[in-house]
Amino acid sequence: MAAGGPDRFSVLLPTYNERENLPLVVWLLVRTFQQSGNNFEIIIIDDGSPDGTQEVAEQLEKIYGSDKILLRPRPSKLGLGTAYIHGMKHATGNFIVIMDADLSHHVSWYFIKQKEGNFDIVSGTRYKGNGGVYGWDLKRKLISRGANFLTQVLLRPGASDLTGSFRLYRKEVLQKLMEKCVSKGYVFQMEMIVRARQLGYTIGEVPITFVDRVYGESKLGGNEIVSFLKGLLTLFATT
Amino acid sequence: VAMTKLGQWLCGLALLGSAWAALALEPPGLRLPAPFRQALLPLPLYLLVAFGCYSLATVGYRLATFNDCEEAAAELQEHIRAARTDLRQRGLRF
Repeated sequence: MAAGGPDRFSVLLPTYNERENLPLVVWLLVRTFQQSGNNFEIIIIDDGSPDGTQEVAEQLEKIYGSDKILLRPRPSKLGLGTAYIHGMKHATGNFIVIMDADLSHHVSWYFIKQKEGNFDIVSGTRYKGNGGVYGWDLKRKLISRGANFLTQVLLRPGASDLTGSFRLYRKEVLQKLMEKCVSKGYVFQMEMIVRARQLGYTIGEVPITFVDRVYGESKLGGNEIVSFLKGLLTLFATT
Repeated sequence: VAMTKLGQWLCGLALLGSAWAALALEPPGLRLPAPFRQALLPLPLYLLVAFGCYSLATVGYRLATFNDCEEAAAELQEHIRAARTDLRQRGLRF
C-alpha cells in the first residue's frame, strides 16, 4: 500500500509497429481505469517504429492529456528489458502494469485480485479457470501445452503460465527483479517469475483470454520454439 | 546456498542412482533376496516409461481441456468497434 496516498497504476507499453493496435489498447485501458476509478498513467515507449506508431501516440496524448499518456520514445529497437527499465524511470505509480499491445485482457480483474491477496505480483494465465485462447489451431495449442508442461517439470515455477504477457507488479518488486534478471526477450518474462518465487514474493493468478492479434502476425515458428528451448534450458541451469 | 534446478536434479539423480546401484547390482556384503534384486534392476527404465506415459496423458488432457473463448472474442470485437467510433469522434486519424 502506498504510504498515505491512494494506489496509482503505471502501465508500461513498449511498442514496435503497433500503429493499428495502439489506439485500441489505450482506449480499453482508459475505459477500464475510468470505470474502476483508479489513478493511472500510460507510458508509451516506442522504439522508433517505421510505421508511424509514435505519431498515433502523439494524437492519443492530445486526446487524453499528457498527464495520462506519457510518451517516452527511443530512437531504435533496443529490446523489451531496457524498455521496461526506461519506462520505470518515468513511472510515478506504486503499481506497474506490463502488457503486450494485445487487446485481450480484462485489466480490472488484476486490481481486484491484487487487493484480494495483497500480492506482490499478479500474472495472467491462459491455463486455469476460464482463461483460454481463441482462434488457435490444434498444433498451436499442443505446442503451448507441451512447452508449458516442460517448463513446469524443469522449473517448478509456482505459476501456471510463464509466457503470458500481462503482469501487475508492485513497483519495488519490479525494480528488484529487473536488477536480478539477465535474460533477453520473452525468456526474461519467465525469469522474472522464477526469481520472484526464489525471493519469496507472492504471486496471484488471474485467468486471461488470449485472442489472436487483431492486426499484425502472431509469432510462432520453428525459430521461436528453438529459442524457447534454449531459454528454458538456460534458466534450468542458472536459476 | 541456493542450488540451481539443474543442481537439484543432479543431486537427486546421484542419490537415487547410488541407492539403486547399491541394492540392485549385487555388490558383495549387501545382499537382498533374489526377487527384490530382480525387481529393482529394471526399475529405472520402468520409471522412465511411467513418466513418459504420465507426460503424454497430462499434455493430452490439458490439450483437450484448453478453453476456446468464444465470448471473449466476441466481446473484444464489440470493444474494437466502440473504440474506433469513439476515437474517430475525438479526432483520431487512424
